[in-house]
Amino acid sequence: MARNREGLVLLLDVGPSMHRVLPEVQKICSMLIQKKLIYRKFDEVGIVIFGAEDTDNELTIEVGGYEHVVVLRNIKVVDGDIVEALQELPRGTVAGDYLDAVVVGMDMLIKKYQLTNKGKKRICLITDAQNPIKDPYKGTKDDQVSTIAVQMAAHGVRMETIIVRGRLGEDIDQRIVDENDHLLHLFSEKTSAKTVYVESPTSLLGALRTRDISPVTIFRGDLEISPKLKIKVWVYKKTSEEKFPTLKKYSDKAPPTDKYATHEVKVDYEYKSVEDPSKVIPPNQRIKGYRYGPQVVPISSVEWDAFKFKPEKSVKLLGFTNASNILRHYYMKDVNIFIAEPGNARAAIAVSALARAMKELNKVAIVRCVWRQGQGSVVLGVLTPNLSEKDKTPDSFCFNVLPFAEDVREFQFPSFSNFPASWQPSEQQQQAADNLVMMLDLAPPGKEEALLPEFTPNPILERFYHHLELKSKQPDAAVPPLDRTLKKITEPDPQLFSESKSVVEAFCKSFEVKENPKLKKSTRRLLQEKPSGSDDEGGYGDTSNALAIKSDESQLLAKADKIGDLTPVQDFEAMMSRRDNPDWVAKAIKDMENKICNMVENCKGGDNYCKALECLVALRKGCILEQEPKQFNDFLHHLFRLCQEKKLGNFWEFLASKELTLISTSEAIDSEVTEDEAKNFLVKKLPKLE
Amino acid sequence: MKDIGCQYGILSGSRENSLYNALWVAQALLRKGSSRTARTTILLFTNEDDPFGSIKGAAKADMTRTTLQRAKDAQDLGISIELLPLGRPDQEFNVSLFYAQLIGLEDDDAAQFMPSAGQKLEDMKDQLRKQMFAKRIVRRITLLIANGLSIELNTYALIRPTTPGAIMWLDSVTNRPLKTERSFICADTGALMHEPTKLSQSYKNENIIFSVEELSEIKRVSTGHLRLLGFKPLSCLKDYHNLRPSTFVFPSDKEVVGSTRIFIALHRSMLRLNRFAVAYCGSSFHPRLVALVAQDEIINAGGQVEPPGMYMIYLPYTDDVRLIEEFHSESNVRVPRATDDHIKKAADLIKRTYLKDFSVCQFANPALQRHYAMLQALALEEEEIPDTIDETLPDEEGMARLGVVKAIEEFKLSVYGDKYDEESNSVGNGKANEASKKRKAAAENAANESANYDWADLADNGQLKDLTVAELKLYLTAHNLPVSGKKEALISRILTHMGK
Repeated sequence: MARNREGLVLLLDVGPSMHRVLPEVQKICSMLIQKKLIYRKFDEVGIVIFGAEDTDNELTIEVGGYEHVVVLRNIKVVDGDIVEALQELPRGTVAGDYLDAVVVGMDMLIKKYQLTNKGKKRICLITDAQNPIKDPYKGTKDDQVSTIAVQMAAHGVRMETIIVRGRLGEDIDQRIVDENDHLLHLFSEKTSAKTVYVESPTSLLGALRTRDISPVTIFRGDLEISPKLKIKVWVYKKTSEEKFPTLKKYSDKAPPTDKYATHEVKVDYEYKSVEDPSKVIPPNQRIKGYRYGPQVVPISSVEWDAFKFKPEKSVKLLGFTNASNILRHYYMKDVNIFIAEPGNARAAIAVSALARAMKELNKVAIVRCVWRQGQGSVVLGVLTPNLSEKDKTPDSFCFNVLPFAEDVREFQFPSFSNFPASWQPSEQQQQAADNLVMMLDLAPPGKEEALLPEFTPNPILERFYHHLELKSKQPDAAVPPLDRTLKKITEPDPQLFSESKSVVEAFCKSFEVKENPKLKKSTRRLLQEKPSGSDDEGGYGDTSNALAIKSDESQLLAKADKIGDLTPVQDFEAMMSRRDNPDWVAKAIKDMENKICNMVENCKGGDNYCKALECLVALRKGCILEQEPKQFNDFLHHLFRLCQEKKLGNFWEFLASKELTLISTSEAIDSEVTEDEAKNFLVKKLPKLE
Repeated sequence: MKDIGCQYGILSGSRENSLYNALWVAQALLRKGSSRTARTTILLFTNEDDPFGSIKGAAKADMTRTTLQRAKDAQDLGISIELLPLGRPDQEFNVSLFYAQLIGLEDDDAAQFMPSAGQKLEDMKDQLRKQMFAKRIVRRITLLIANGLSIELNTYALIRPTTPGAIMWLDSVTNRPLKTERSFICADTGALMHEPTKLSQSYKNENIIFSVEELSEIKRVSTGHLRLLGFKPLSCLKDYHNLRPSTFVFPSDKEVVGSTRIFIALHRSMLRLNRFAVAYCGSSFHPRLVALVAQDEIINAGGQVEPPGMYMIYLPYTDDVRLIEEFHSESNVRVPRATDDHIKKAADLIKRTYLKDFSVCQFANPALQRHYAMLQALALEEEEIPDTIDETLPDEEGMARLGVVKAIEEFKLSVYGDKYDEESNSVGNGKANEASKKRKAAAENAANESANYDWADLADNGQLKDLTVAELKLYLTAHNLPVSGKKEALISRILTHMGK
């Protein structure tokens, strides 16, 4: 298991000038260890801090010197203790000497692994490089760095340096900074060291790669320019989404006393026939079916294998085309990278020549790829030049997958120029928009580009690992709020927006938006969910909230599902006209009948009679429309009996006077009542009531 | 689409409500025919903007009411009614007279209806020629710009990989569909359980338990909106800043009046200044940092090629980007770089093999075409599966043209010298090839070994089963067949290969 383990020493500057970014350093480092705990449990990590108050390292005992360098944790297999140590880094009191730390770190690695260690050795230095290093006993600083670098290369130690910049010019000696830059640059020249500069705390969080993946090629072979010219290339993935960790399903069925419970959940799939759900179909009796129109065509795997598309493994060039022919949004998937076969100088030159010529002519190459033998499909893609600026990095191509004809849906959209004039921005509004686009600049010249993807951590994963750590200490810990530094990714940077406040305000003033007042259905989604743990500083979105409430009122009108006391007739009609379910009609009639009975029974005054009559008229009309005459006629009979029982003769008279009748055959064919019968119904019944 | 068997002419002035009847018949037909899942649409072609115009008084009101009710009924049943007004030479079609109500247009929409209706007719013509895809809004989102100013946008999936379609499992005996049942079983007790609401992550040798709610809480780092963070020059958007197919964004004034105007203004500014917007898309489905790239409308003779709007491009985070180039950097040697001469030769080559009218959607997916052809042949019980053409293969003829061949040869000469053939033959350098060498050696060895057996004889006498798996594999490796599976599988594979 431990074959490919990594030995890592973190060299952390805790000197006074670093104090302001130490919270981020703690976060990023513990995140690194946390991921190792999950994905690379056998890696070993040591922590060295420098610029500390006291001194504690082996070299100082052995040879003296190396003050203010403390080995916080010796190299050991990652565990919770390291995470905790990183979360409580002591704040140092003196300006640290990073070169001392590098030597101590290297010493640790060499002592621990000697020359025999297989696997990787890495040093990770985080410092602001604002403080000078001590002069060596003999020779120049350059010589000293070179000696160390040679040692480093000999032992195969890689070094990664993260230099925290920003807020320059306070009381920083530019000369020292330049000297340090020069010395650290020497490292990267002599060894496989890498130096990155970060300015904002957010990019510091993204500067250290916490996910360690050894790259694997997806293709090695020929890039066929023509059958006569083949260039040996390797293809890797350039981007690949880091997924949210897949968590295991947890069963709490096991008794708490069972120490050996696995708490695992097994998921079992059974295929059952639709007609007879008790019959389980064994796997070998299953066959795949695809839809062909309304029917499903079964295709056995034998047929499938015999006829399916079987392209040969190859990467072939179709030709070159103008870069402007390939729009940016055609890119379909994560990106691959083509590099020349390592160690093959001719291939490297060929790739480099093509890439540079493509860049010059502004052309891109269209290629057809089948990465593996037996792959059932081809991939069409575009190669774009990816030129390197560093001497040590080879030129390469970026490969993006392009869509096939089937993948593009050509929906038509109206042209902006066809929109009514009221939708077109005026000149002044356009100016305001121009200003906004110019001023809200995330990549101002001379400054660090904000939110550069390569330096932007994934806020969701950061939050997950933070919560995981909290839970490991306290199982019922609540989800922590999103970190302030991470908020700069999900929310606008207040500093940037306040710097260009006038432009933003001018923009907001030039345009007016309002809720569409005619919108009946409340489909409001504006701000229905608040980010969890967010203490929204107010301002944003409050107005939209108010709007959301306003439109809620109109919802009442939209759909009635019962008959109220206020507007029974309208409610009834609304219900009758609802067609999402045939039951609504029956329900409406039933409800209306109950309502009328209630009205007649409960209030003896003539006032309510009018209302009851209105309802009755509405009911009658509805029953005719819906061809339900029997319902109404039966009800009228029922009402008559009710009147008899409760001695409500005057209501009956009232009805007769308004000439309300049964529904006759002439009005609704289904009725069993003739016209005469209908007319006479009320009159006939009248005397009986007396 | 079914033909409606009867024809109605609307005769102004007649008491017969033919529009009502037409709707009724159409609705009945649609109800009768298709299954629940089908999308049903009534297309109403008319040049009469006021069907009841000549009727007066109560009769008009009544007919209008009943017809509207009929239309509403149809809509409630899930049938959508689309109006396609045909202009009359002498007067303009006035939707607001009657039809606005029929198809449920609001006053403001009615004003825009006419221009878009012309578009719809155009759309229809196009649709009939192509595969149908319902133009569907994927999501309606809000873009928060600043200071509470927010606009409404609709997102559409214009480019998505097409797959052969979902697999339906069938019973191979009856060909009846099967349904899948999933059950959860507790591994400790063997008890059947509901879908667990708790999940665990092993961490520090412990199981840390999360509830489903907690996990969704963690993922909810922002409101479900698009939040504008700022703008960057287009050069900052690298070719490798991509993860998944882009999403098209188009403004809508349906809920927030004024959205389109702001969108158009920003769209123009971004195009003119060559900038893209960076925003955080906080949807619960796929929260991510996105780039909004403005795309201008492109029209050619055939119609709209690219609609105007913005594309949302999903950006990677730091741990999504891999530093392959760095991984392959030499520690202290310069890597070989092309000289100007190399580059010039390469440029010649590029000019020679230039695809003039390349457009992205000109190639059909050969695997998919093959699948469809196969499906059709099986469904219609055709004897032969028609051959499909793989359009994606390079143009061999074009490549063999003299000029092209010459350019390639020159480039080859300049880069490889006269050593090209050596180079391509040498299996070469590096660890990777060691493995393939080994494999090759093993295959050779197997071929030699397998020559010691009289396979045909063994097969005839049914003695293959007496051999060991290792022996059987010799034959398979020697003939470059897969060596996976159980012994029976190996034997049957050998027999098939021998043609027995």
